[in-house]
Amino acid sequence: MDSNHTDDSRRRFMKGAMWVISASALGSGVMLSANASTAPELSQYKPVFFNEAEWHFVLAACDRLIPADDNGPGALQANVPLFIDRQLQGDFGQAKDWYMKGPFLEAPAELGYQSPLTPAQTYQKGIAATDAYCQKTFGKVFADLSAEQQDALLTQLQSGQVALTDVSAKQFFDFLLQNTKEGYFADPIHGGNKDMAAWKMIGFPGARASYLEWVDLHNVPYPMGPVSINGDRG
Amino acid sequence: MSRQEQPVDVVLVGLGWTNAIMGIELAQEGLNVLALERGEDRDTVPDFAYPKMADELTYGVRYKLMAKPAKSTITVRHSLVETALPYRHLGSFLPGDGVGGAGTHWNGHTWRPMPEELHLRSYVEDTFGKNIIPKDMTIQDYGVSYEELEPHFDFFDKVLGVSGKAGNINGKIQEGGNPFEGPRSSEYPLPPLKRTLNDTMFSDAAKAQGLHPFPLPSSNASEAYTNPYGMQLGPCNFCGFCERYGCINYSKASPQTSILGALKQHKNFAYRTGCEVIKVNLSDDKKTATGVTYIDGNGEEVFQPAKLVVVGTFAYNNVRLLLLSGIGQPYDPVSNTGTVGRNYAYQMMGGATLFFKDKVFNPFIGAGSNATTVDDFAINQIDFAKEGFIGGSYLLAAQTNGQPIHSLPLPPGTPSWGAGWKKAAKDYYGHSMSISSHGSNMSYRDCYLSLDPNYKDDHGLPLLRLTFDWKENDLRMTQFMKHKVTALAKGLNPDFLKVSFKDIGTHYDVRPYQTTHNVGGAIMGTDPKTSVLNRYQQSWDVHNVFVLGSSSFPQNLQYNPTMLVGALAYWSAKAIKEQYLKHPGPLVQA
Repeated sequence: MDSNHTDDSRRRFMKGAMWVISASALGSGVMLSANASTAPELSQYKPVFFNEAEWHFVLAACDRLIPADDNGPGALQANVPLFIDRQLQGDFGQAKDWYMKGPFLEAPAELGYQSPLTPAQTYQKGIAATDAYCQKTFGKVFADLSAEQQDALLTQLQSGQVALTDVSAKQFFDFLLQNTKEGYFADPIHGGNKDMAAWKMIGFPGARASYLEWVDLHNVPYPMGPVSINGDRG
Repeated sequence: MSRQEQPVDVVLVGLGWTNAIMGIELAQEGLNVLALERGEDRDTVPDFAYPKMADELTYGVRYKLMAKPAKSTITVRHSLVETALPYRHLGSFLPGDGVGGAGTHWNGHTWRPMPEELHLRSYVEDTFGKNIIPKDMTIQDYGVSYEELEPHFDFFDKVLGVSGKAGNINGKIQEGGNPFEGPRSSEYPLPPLKRTLNDTMFSDAAKAQGLHPFPLPSSNASEAYTNPYGMQLGPCNFCGFCERYGCINYSKASPQTSILGALKQHKNFAYRTGCEVIKVNLSDDKKTATGVTYIDGNGEEVFQPAKLVVVGTFAYNNVRLLLLSGIGQPYDPVSNTGTVGRNYAYQMMGGATLFFKDKVFNPFIGAGSNATTVDDFAINQIDFAKEGFIGGSYLLAAQTNGQPIHSLPLPPGTPSWGAGWKKAAKDYYGHSMSISSHGSNMSYRDCYLSLDPNYKDDHGLPLLRLTFDWKENDLRMTQFMKHKVTALAKGLNPDFLKVSFKDIGTHYDVRPYQTTHNVGGAIMGTDPKTSVLNRYQQSWDVHNVFVLGSSSFPQNLQYNPTMLVGALAYWSAKAIKEQYLKHPGPLVQA
């Protein structure tokens, strides 16, 4: 079907049908909440993993990796730093599932992660080393640089052009970028993606997980907003 | 001194697809069967229940259902002269864990091998001459034919409830199916899944080039279905959380949904979880196994006596268990002696992403096996002498999920972060489709598995070491496919096209996901000098040990392995029931 030919009555019908589907998809054990999300305000959040200096760095870096603008939420609006703080306290940050026995040897990149540092340790060392580099070069920490300076430095970290003490700049940046995108798009149950705003921006329906009636309606935009695992609707 | 358990007739090591099959087939014979599973117990409810499965971060990115490298991993190197290093976190392949194994988190692609693939060396030599096989390529025949396996393919199709369209029924070509497949004795149990937009676009492009598109054979059920064991499937609802997830909906065939519910009804079957088998115990003359030794959930070492041992763990873990147990002679690529670990192979993948500003694909409407494919470039369709390689691929346009953390393709040149990245994510999410190639990988003298000299697991036992790299033959094959895929993609006139195939000289990279189709190392064959198992997957050396899984493949198929893995398990079960139990001993004389 071509979306240009969808008339109003058909659209109303499909919207009505989707309410039925979404309710059944949620199952009986899920609370349906019509309220806005209860996610905390980032400004009120007290980080558990990061210390104050680290937190300032993470807030500033996330704000450059996914800045706020008219296209959609920035990483700070989406509570991404809160997500990262939780992840680094948890199994991911501690590399709980990873094989972390030595010896740790240098290897070609194709052989994968060979650092003795957990992601949490990589952040701690990476932030300290980046701020030390900024102090030396600009006389202030990363969070106090201009947006242009921050972007330039992040680019240098990503390409490994800046050498940091005790930690790979590129590995540090890769974790930071990976976790920022995760926090932007993961279900809000993990602390980021506040109000499912990132899902709304791209049109991902989240945890709806039931689309049989839509499979062969081709080239028709899906009209329903997202739902989250906790039953919030966007 | 180990604690000792009561003896059983049969001990199954691992409880995924192969040992679910062996378990029910031998339990039906009245044997006392015990399965030992290293991981945790898992079932649709509560482990795969909605809504918790719809969590991309936990299951799709952090791999909650997969084997944890902290507990079990391998080391990897590219050549004999390097020091192998651990695969510290998952990337290239995702071995399963727990009851159901990788059979819980697969996509459900359910291909039979081509008849030619089961006797590949003979096919190549007979058709093109011995000289086209490169000197260090060690491809072999399986020792079992497509015709012998056909009844088991057919039965496993029915156990899985495969949705598809046959292309060849008893030699008669069927419109709308794969005209190049081996003859099938019956149509698929269920009709194909509904088609998404990418399917119809690919199908049109393929037909325009004279190719033969057909629906990918799917173990995501298109309709309600009851299998021969009485297990029931519900129709797949295209939830978009299939690969890496357990099925919320009893729609994806898995050991749980297809077999285990029926198997657990047998009073002569039992299983224990959290029990990691570390050794198959052998008699003094090393000709028979006496049982297995495992570490239980409390860390206690236990000896489990058994008359028959069936090893059915994830492919390369089978090889490690044989090496740790001293079954067979370890393979040495330098002297070219021994067999255990020989002929490891992987899978050669490539793909293109097509971006269309004015097309809406709704990528979150996905099923693991929602795909349209062509097999015009299959192993039995390519002139190897003319093209200069041995191998083949099927091409597919699949739409399995639209999960934005790991499935967010963006046009070439898009920045990886910042305002430009965000704008591209907004503009192009849901506006792309893919065309991929899924291809064979041959076996080579220096691609093999052995015990690692440096790295150990929590029990102090050596990790398995993989020595593997891409070879020119297989890279040439994927370059051939690149041209075919690019031509199909260009036929659809995308606004942007991103093409990604391995170039000549590319080294194996453990980081990006490729496939979990690791094969070989405990291969079946006709000669004990070049195979670990005989044609019934029975150890040449220890006759009451059978080893099931893709570790039996002497080289990799161009297809996904599960159908052959399952059919071979049924083939072995038949041999055990009809021959071995009556006369325990080697089923083939060495």
